[in-house]
Amino acid sequence: MSMPAIKADATTVAIPTASPTAAAPVVTMTPKQAPRAEKYIKMAKEAAVRVVPPLIVLALLMLFWELVCRRTGSTLPPPSRVFKETKELIFDPFFDRGGIDKGLFWHLSASLQRVAFGYSIAAVVGIGLGTLVGQSVWAMRGLDPLFQVLRTIPPLAWLPLSLAAFRDGQPSAIFVIFITSVWPIIINTAVGIRNIPQDYRNVAAVVQLNPLEFFSKIMIPAAAPYIFTGLRIGIGLSWLAIVAAEMLIGGVGIGFFIWDAWNSSHISEIILALFYVGIIGFVLDRLIAGLAKIVTRGTALN
Amino acid sequence: MHAYLKLDHIDKTFTRGNATTEVLKDINLTIDKGEYVSIIGHSGCGKSTLLNIVAGLTDTTQGCVLLENREVNSPGPDRAVVFQNHSLLPWLTVYENVRLGVDKVFASTKTRAERDAWVMHNLNLVQMAHAKDKRPSEVSGGMKQRVGIARALAMEPKVLLLDEPFGALDALTRAHLQDSVMALHQKLGNTILMITHDVDEAVLLSDRIVMMTNGPSARIGEVLEVPLARPRKRLELATNAGYLKCRQRVLEFLYERHRFVEAA
Repeated sequence: MSMPAIKADATTVAIPTASPTAAAPVVTMTPKQAPRAEKYIKMAKEAAVRVVPPLIVLALLMLFWELVCRRTGSTLPPPSRVFKETKELIFDPFFDRGGIDKGLFWHLSASLQRVAFGYSIAAVVGIGLGTLVGQSVWAMRGLDPLFQVLRTIPPLAWLPLSLAAFRDGQPSAIFVIFITSVWPIIINTAVGIRNIPQDYRNVAAVVQLNPLEFFSKIMIPAAAPYIFTGLRIGIGLSWLAIVAAEMLIGGVGIGFFIWDAWNSSHISEIILALFYVGIIGFVLDRLIAGLAKIVTRGTALN
Repeated sequence: MHAYLKLDHIDKTFTRGNATTEVLKDINLTIDKGEYVSIIGHSGCGKSTLLNIVAGLTDTTQGCVLLENREVNSPGPDRAVVFQNHSLLPWLTVYENVRLGVDKVFASTKTRAERDAWVMHNLNLVQMAHAKDKRPSEVSGGMKQRVGIARALAMEPKVLLLDEPFGALDALTRAHLQDSVMALHQKLGNTILMITHDVDEAVLLSDRIVMMTNGPSARIGEVLEVPLARPRKRLELATNAGYLKCRQRVLEFLYERHRFVEAA
């Protein structure tokens, strides 16, 4: 008889233990709000980890540069003098006094327009030719050796020829951009097309996609990671080529701005221009990389 | 009465340079409408080549494939394939993968809304409607294979070709999916040709099992009828005398009379 009594006792003992567990969710509620602030702190920390080291290195380099170039008789200006001499250009990039006497914004935008033209043509032609070479064995046999030779020609070597052909600076510069950036796009697209798994081709065959559908629905998405590698190399090369080409063709453009600054011994202006060229090159590269990330999000995962 | 699907004296020889390998030799097989036929054999015996020939993805050297008395020699949605490695397009969602085939097959016969409903119907058949907006990389191996089956079914094929559809799955998922395929076959009455190297799978699912000899020059060694009533229950069959006898026959064929010789 005493046995069940003990059991009943045990159950009554169990009840008070249940109330702490009921209180437990309340305890978990409070940290639910805390992570929000913690998340921002975490984000700030992550950002700091990425931003602070390059800033420190930059500051140290500036200091070093300042110390080296400060003494009299130095051939290059120190950062403080660069800033003093280019203040007008930095704070008023939009002035336009006719001819080539324009703000840096106009020079950069002229260069970017040429790159946009040449690069767009290169992207279309490159992806088209790359697909052809990747898909057809005979096209590869016929064209690949030609591409391998042509792609080694330095961009500026094309400039005199294109000036002779177009008899104008603008199309010649665009052609140089095109011919510089088209090769990596062709070659990478071709590799991407060649690497399309047989499975995808079988799927397309069973579903009976026509060549145009096969191109847009299978080839381009499947080869997208490769194509974007080519596009990213291409944009870098075209930005490299434009500055050199513009030095020779003259007119409005960041390349000629640098050349003009050199001719008038405005070394500070050259340094400022180089800074802008670097930043824009970086932004262009990030732009294509970001685009690649969006477009290939499905493909890259598998 | 004529056969629904007929493989007529099929030979297949692969030639690379001067070396020629005869893979398949004089394959004759007739399959009735609604029949579930498995092809079993050791690896390298040319099972997959045979399936690819039926699918039209590979040409025959001699002989032909007849479907409803018409020769078929190029791939098409009337012989939809469920590939071993699912072969879903990774940049499309589950829904879009099925829709791709549906849009082509029913371009002129169904409206957009009907095609959408048909895709969802087929995803429901394989219980994958809940994941319709996921990408293949976001669902499990078994789920991918379900989507592969839905894609094939959605094309309303005359013959459904399964190329080791459960080969890459773990045992539990495989059993679950086998049950699903059996249920679908029961419900839709498809004609199915399946490649497998799993004896239990072959006996459980098939009406007939085609056993192939070892390559090169693989032939059909024996065709076994599986006289088990449908619907079949995995657990009940485990002790069923008829099931065990069929299993025994296949095992004897594969491991006694046509033992797999290494480096053959």
